[in-house]
Amino acid sequence: MPHEPYAVEMRGITKRFGTITANRAVDFALRKGEVQALLGENGAGKTTLMRILYGLYHADEGDIFVDGQMADIRSPRHAIAHGVGMVTQHFALVPPITVTENIILGYTDRFNIDLDAAHNKVAEASRRFGIAIEPRALVKNLSVGERQRVEIIKALYRDAKVLILDEPTAVLAPQEADELFESLKRLRDSGLSVIFISHKLHEVMAITDRVTVLRSGELAGTVNTAETNQADLAKMMVGRETFGVTKSDVNGRQGDIALRLEKISALDSKELVALKEISFEVRTGEILGLAGVSGNGQSELAQVLEGTRPSTGGRVSANGREITNAGPEQIMATGVGRIPEDRHESVVAEMTVAQNMALEHLHEFVRRGMLDKKRIRAHAETLIEAYQIKARPNDRIRTLSGGNMQKVILARVLERNPSVIIVAQPTRGLDVGATEYVRQKLLEQRQRGAAILLISEDLDEILELSDRIAVIYEGEIMNVLPAAEADIERLGLLMCGVSV
Amino acid sequence: MDDTLFVTFLVGLIAATLRVATPLVYGSIGEVITERAGILNLGIEGIMFLGAFAGFAVAAKSFEAGIGGYLWLGLLGAIVSGVLMALLMGLLTVTLGLNQHVSGLGITLLAIGLSLFGFRLVFGESSVLPSVDPFSQLFVFGETPILGPIFKQYLLTYVAFLVLVPLAWWLLYRTSFGLELRSVGENPEAADAAGVNVFRTRYLALVIGGALMAVGGAFLSIAQLGAFSPGIIAGRGWVCIALVIFARWDPIRATAGAVLFGAVFALQLRLQTLGFDLPFEVFLALPYLVTILALAITGRNANYPGAYLKPYRRE
Ligand SMILES: Nc1ncnc2c1ncn2[C@@H]1O[C@H](COP(=O)(O)OP(=O)(O)O)[C@@H](O)[C@H]1O
Ligand SMILES: [Mg+2]
Repeated sequence: MPHEPYAVEMRGITKRFGTITANRAVDFALRKGEVQALLGENGAGKTTLMRILYGLYHADEGDIFVDGQMADIRSPRHAIAHGVGMVTQHFALVPPITVTENIILGYTDRFNIDLDAAHNKVAEASRRFGIAIEPRALVKNLSVGERQRVEIIKALYRDAKVLILDEPTAVLAPQEADELFESLKRLRDSGLSVIFISHKLHEVMAITDRVTVLRSGELAGTVNTAETNQADLAKMMVGRETFGVTKSDVNGRQGDIALRLEKISALDSKELVALKEISFEVRTGEILGLAGVSGNGQSELAQVLEGTRPSTGGRVSANGREITNAGPEQIMATGVGRIPEDRHESVVAEMTVAQNMALEHLHEFVRRGMLDKKRIRAHAETLIEAYQIKARPNDRIRTLSGGNMQKVILARVLERNPSVIIVAQPTRGLDVGATEYVRQKLLEQRQRGAAILLISEDLDEILELSDRIAVIYEGEIMNVLPAAEADIERLGLLMCGVSV
Repeated sequence: MDDTLFVTFLVGLIAATLRVATPLVYGSIGEVITERAGILNLGIEGIMFLGAFAGFAVAAKSFEAGIGGYLWLGLLGAIVSGVLMALLMGLLTVTLGLNQHVSGLGITLLAIGLSLFGFRLVFGESSVLPSVDPFSQLFVFGETPILGPIFKQYLLTYVAFLVLVPLAWWLLYRTSFGLELRSVGENPEAADAAGVNVFRTRYLALVIGGALMAVGGAFLSIAQLGAFSPGIIAGRGWVCIALVIFARWDPIRATAGAVLFGAVFALQLRLQTLGFDLPFEVFLALPYLVTILALAITGRNANYPGAYLKPYRRE
């Protein structure tokens, strides 16, 4: 049976970044009218492969075929001309301009733009594809979910026959994700071919026809979704049988209140209200998970607790001492350890591993008014050993992988045995090995009796680690549940602002 | 001061304001267009200077050669010089991705040096300053009182206010090129992913901006003065940089800022002659003080273009 040409086919794709090989001789083929998952751990090379297909990167080796024809894709412009569209993980939108302007950007037929006609065309596209957007809205005022819809319409407006979505559900609440899946199914049934990048097995099982798995930049295989299951996919993904950490049910010495927030309010960087009278407490020996869709005040809350953002009302106390609007140094002095959200901002990129490890407590490394380099080095060597960090004391910290950089920060904080730990997005962007390591360390700290506030947008992480779960929505705590009473559905509704 | 004297004073003031504002309108709109694409062109002071020189030198030499349209050739020469400097700025900041502050200041130093050197090469070191017959003013309302003197302006002033300002607005906000230009300055990754050629758009913005800056400089040498001197630009380029921030990167507001500066400048000239007992440097400093003040008041919450000062690289 002569079969129809593939919508796109990539053959023998190799891509190197310096010494890293992000893709090694990868083959990938997408049938017309299918939803195919590209599955793999963080760092497996999924994004790289798709950025090559969309012309954002160039492959060092390999060829791309579109509809059976060899295609020379050197920039997104060429990809668009070949009917390939991509919704990148960090949205490629221009915030201060309108939805319509974003959609027609780079795809206008005339020099003079008739804005009214353009709005109408965009509204018409929105109707035709069954994806609701408001053409005249400014993108900067849209929620993440709305922005994603703009991105999808933008690709479809360019007559995409192939749509690539890079981890589209990472920023969505579960219900929003379901809505997205409905749209994708409808679009597939009308002939669109979809590549769906994910590292979440249940999503892949739910909406795809076939799954291609990448592991460490290499093809691990392609299977029909109907003929596989989550366990097999997981095995393909990580190359071993089991993964994940286990939380012991026996708590540490859980008891006293170690961190207490009373009616904390704060503004965001645009001077808008970000936190509204937030109250909760974290006890020794427990992990309180703070769940929420990205951008609902989590970052601001972490900053207030870390002493890098003023609160406009309320009180915070740690270990019985008030630390409302205290600086980072005072906060650390009360026994609070901070693992901030943006690890690149909590280290000094150009300084060495050893210097960064000493940075928060430099006065302890001073001898006769001068820094004692030997002590700093010895200190670093101890931590590198204890925390299995793949780096030397004199490496510049910016050359470390995300996982090792996070280990440096963990080591710096945990070596002081903090009684309260405030940790935000601890495993974002880390590979499975590093993720597991970080989570294991947090559980150890809980066992030791630390009170841990875990702020994370990764629901699986929250569910895996937390004793209690608080949900934040638009700067307010919707509810605080014991982990036993929390399931994905209920959390999802709370994350969308529905009280249940 | 009686009524007729006051009216004469006011009319003179308005006419002078428009004249002083003209080079600033060209310069600041050129800078708005450049900065909207994400590039701070601190070469503006030098490009205006070079424009003034090139315009004058080409005009003077063409006149010597007996060419009738020598002033227009001069204007063309200024534009070419501005475009060349803009291309050099593009090479440094867009292609090579070097620091925009350093590159821009380098361009200013280079352009001023080139002009002064060129001036000696072309005109030698004669004791009489060379000059040409400059563009003459248009008497749109003839000798009618009030309107006559106010509208007695250079063609380049009319072009600035009546053509350039609306054209720049239309270009930025109502054309596909303007949309691409603004996007490239806000979020080049997004523009690239949407199929826009980021490099080409940034080069075009630089070139258009450079040409306008040079025309602004040439206005002084081949329209207003008919001569060239080392003090001809006197910081007007830097004023344009301030006006752009004051204007929040909008061509219409930039024009308003240029008129404000022009008004204070024209006013201080007149105040000097009224015989206040103050050193004249105080008056000279006045427009610049007002610029700083306006900037301090309006520039505080300025929303800089998202990709301001950032070179773009795909990987
Ligand atoms: N622009 C880049 N420069 C250097 N290294 C990169 C770049 N993009 C990706 N990498 C590296 O390539 C590997 C694969 O990354 P990526 O394709 O983003 O993985 P995934 O999307 O599967 O998480 C990682 O080790 C990553 O650090
Ligand atoms: Mg990725």
